[in-house]
Amino acid sequence: MYKTIAFIQARNIFKSSITSNMSNPIEQSIRNKLSKQLTIEHLEVINESYMHNVPKGAETHFKVVVVSNQFNEVPLIKRHRLVNEILKEELQNGVHALSISAKTPTQWESSDKVVKPSPNCRGGFGK
Amino acid sequence: MNFLTKSRKLFSVSNQLHRFLATKPEDLKKLVDNNKVVVFMKGNPEQPRCGFSNAVVQIMRMHGVKYDAHDVLSDEEMRQGIKEFSSWPTIPQVFINGEFVGGCDILLQMHQSGDLIEELEKVGIKSALLDDSKPKDDKK
Repeated sequence: MYKTIAFIQARNIFKSSITSNMSNPIEQSIRNKLSKQLTIEHLEVINESYMHNVPKGAETHFKVVVVSNQFNEVPLIKRHRLVNEILKEELQNGVHALSISAKTPTQWESSDKVVKPSPNCRGGFGK
Repeated sequence: MNFLTKSRKLFSVSNQLHRFLATKPEDLKKLVDNNKVVVFMKGNPEQPRCGFSNAVVQIMRMHGVKYDAHDVLSDEEMRQGIKEFSSWPTIPQVFINGEFVGGCDILLQMHQSGDLIEELEKVGIKSALLDDSKPKDDKK
């Protein structure tokens, strides 16, 4: 029971901190971690939180496009696991949805390089 | 006597806490092995409550796949448990033949590349998309 209360408190503190802070610390941290821990050819970090039922300026829903040599001959699921692992802390602390597009430079070059937005929210946030 | 009931109560509270935190791996293993395709999602196939879960439902519908769906929004223990079980931090999660194959992004890519048809075939499910393409081929 205590854990539940502590969790709710922590969540509320987190929520108030994201509404009062106008900058984008989580987006920055996602960007920093991915560029530090992978050799990046191309990186996009898109905050899609506005598409969801969360406070203005929230950093809860992200899409990342990661193009890296390190993905060569690595199966898709392992690429995703690698990105998830690098962003583990963020995913445990408020980042609620992470859409990943992980491509090799060759795949990226031959693609249309258009990043499609994620599907519409259907109101399942939180509860 | 008093001590006994107290400790029993404590035990049941801690037990509840544990269960609150996560469904046990052995229980989840049973769930993922129960059908050839098993999906953990937000909401249910009739009414998905998340765009990513909805995308998976639509893909399965296109391929005419029958599957078990589990709504993690109605079961917090399962929501935590399945994330730990598959070491995957997000929902939806798709299992084929008891094996975790990925979330929405991966399913979408497998659908687009045709890999999903192959994966389904391996477990003896013929994708409905194959039936649809036949009449078209005949017309050509």
